[in-house]
Amino acid sequence: MEILETLAAIGKSIIPVLRGTEITVALTFSLLAIGLMMGLPLALGQVYGNKIISTIIVVYERTFRSIPALVLLFLFYFGPATFGIYISPFLAAILALGFRSSAYQSQIFRGAIQSIGQGQMMAARSLGMSKLKAIIYIILPLVLRRSIPSWSNEYSSVLKDTALAFAIGVIDLNRWGWRIAIRTQDPIIVFLVIGVIYFFLTLAGTRFLRWLEKELKIPGFQSRDTIG
Amino acid sequence: MNFLTLDWKTIFPQLLKGTLTTLQLTAIAISLGFVVGILLTLGWLYGNKPIRIFCRGYVDLFRGTPLLLQLFIVYYGLPRYGIRFSPFVAAILGLGLNSAAYQAEYFRGAIQSISQGQMLAARSLGMSEFKAIIHIILPQALRIVIPAWSNELIYTLKYSSVAYMIGTTELMFAGKIIAAKNFRFFEVFLVVAFIYLIVVLIISHFLRMIEKRAKIPGLQMIS
Amino acid sequence: MEPIEKNVLLRVRHLSKSYNKEPVLKDISFKVKKGETKVIIGPSGTGKSTLLRCLNRLTRPDSGQIWLDGVEVTSSKTNINKIRQSIGMVFQDFNLFAHLTVLDNVRIGPTRVKKIPKREATELALDMLSRVGLVDKAGAYPAELSGGQQQRASIARTLAMRPKLMLFDEPTSALDPELIGEVLIVMKNLVKSGMTMVVVSHEMGFARSVCDEIIFVEKGVIVEQGPPDELFLRPKHRRTKEFLSKITELYGKSEG
Repeated sequence: MEILETLAAIGKSIIPVLRGTEITVALTFSLLAIGLMMGLPLALGQVYGNKIISTIIVVYERTFRSIPALVLLFLFYFGPATFGIYISPFLAAILALGFRSSAYQSQIFRGAIQSIGQGQMMAARSLGMSKLKAIIYIILPLVLRRSIPSWSNEYSSVLKDTALAFAIGVIDLNRWGWRIAIRTQDPIIVFLVIGVIYFFLTLAGTRFLRWLEKELKIPGFQSRDTIG
Repeated sequence: MNFLTLDWKTIFPQLLKGTLTTLQLTAIAISLGFVVGILLTLGWLYGNKPIRIFCRGYVDLFRGTPLLLQLFIVYYGLPRYGIRFSPFVAAILGLGLNSAAYQAEYFRGAIQSISQGQMLAARSLGMSEFKAIIHIILPQALRIVIPAWSNELIYTLKYSSVAYMIGTTELMFAGKIIAAKNFRFFEVFLVVAFIYLIVVLIISHFLRMIEKRAKIPGLQMIS
Repeated sequence: MEPIEKNVLLRVRHLSKSYNKEPVLKDISFKVKKGETKVIIGPSGTGKSTLLRCLNRLTRPDSGQIWLDGVEVTSSKTNINKIRQSIGMVFQDFNLFAHLTVLDNVRIGPTRVKKIPKREATELALDMLSRVGLVDKAGAYPAELSGGQQQRASIARTLAMRPKLMLFDEPTSALDPELIGEVLIVMKNLVKSGMTMVVVSHEMGFARSVCDEIIFVEKGVIVEQGPPDELFLRPKHRRTKEFLSKITELYGKSEG
């Protein structure tokens, strides 16, 4: 019976829960977009750039991958304020997790670029394409396809990481779970329901990406296997 | 922003204590995850149908939901049903059971990468399936999995910071206390970030040494 | 319930096996006497490997019986792990344990299965390695050996179990031509030493020079069996003749 009451309480909060889900999804997409826009150039810079550029990128990548997400959230939230710039928790979360994701994504893309081999680039250059043109027309289309499985892993891990934005006060799905949990005094049921929502968001995203991978498949060009 | 004006004499011992707790938490959680992860893998690959479904479900569930949520369930959810843990123990359980799911996934990948012939040859010598797993399959799988497992260890170390959210007094928590007392959030968290960075780099270095030591010609490691 | 017959080590009766309702072996019967070597030949995909794997129950036959030295292998009451200790098996792709040195590969059966003390097992293992000429590679890992050396090591591994019967599943098919000879020499020495062997192979030179009987299997049934000279010179079936001439053409009469 208590369980039913708890579920009813969650039902009554359905609108805020949906709002929270929306925030979670928005946060995930924004940070992935930042990660993608930064991650690709970083990967290209590391593979095709000169020594100085690639060293800087390695340091950047290492740093952002070594510092816990939670610490990054605090740094991006409190950091600007120290210099008198005030940003919303939501924006701070997007920046912190987005920069972090760019480090992971650049690693994914770098692996894909290196797996493609020199032949494609040489063939493109032999046609008279500039390096930039070769990258845009030949390398990137292959790299993006090959990256989808790993990118799908990245999606599911950053989706879960957005729950940490709770710590700097973003009113996301997790935060709403927290509020209802306090009200109903039965946190397990509430958190389980919230967990189910996250689970389905993960599933929906990874399913979509697997569909995309199949849709874009080129005969004879295998997507990279990802173990771990 | 000036790090020199921070009261290092009082801050340093607090940060050190927090760091040690973080390392402790990580070590115990990863070990718990290792044991449970191995059991999950074996159940998943060699168990009967109900066991297989349970192990699969466990892995999917723990990998499909945020760690923070899992910690909340253990620390805030279970007391309602009379099960109460200290923040430290709750963090170990949450992190450990979460890591078990990821470790199981890595172990499974490693075992499945071992050719069927190894099992056949072991059985043809008269080994039982259990013996073959213990003497032939696991020793190979555990070597193959080292790089992936090293990543998991580093992940667990970093995500142990989430335990701060249920009041475990680890590095992050120490940072928060110091920051609040001095009202110097940015500087203190920069110091905390730096500590994590150093610890991660040192441990990664050690893990890579172990990886090199464990290398056997012909055994391809997966990362 | 085994029909008593002197000197018969292995007896196979009415063995059948299907995969997904597709019959692979149909009513196979034969026997192997102590010290005999039988070579099973036949086109690929005719169930030769399946037959071999049924003999130590790595594959479970659907019906029929197998007796080894008075014990029914196919009976569910039989401790199959015990039986397998006395049946050595050599695989096409060697299947040496990748994480163990050659010495440990040979030693692991005696120590882990038979519980022989380590020192004794080491002596035994080195003895077997010297029989296949690999003592100097005892400390190497499988990946550091050539294919021929790996196969010899895997023969030593089965020998260390002191088997009554040895099964060879195309032991030279995965080898480069120049490495086949060294494995065949080891196998011939085994024949001479009186080992009982069932060999799936297309090495006709080996078959003709040392085996007691050739069994020609096609589409899951034994078409013909008999001493090598008889099969080569006076085959009773047209298919046997065709297959033998084709195989001789392909593999040559090498390695007499």
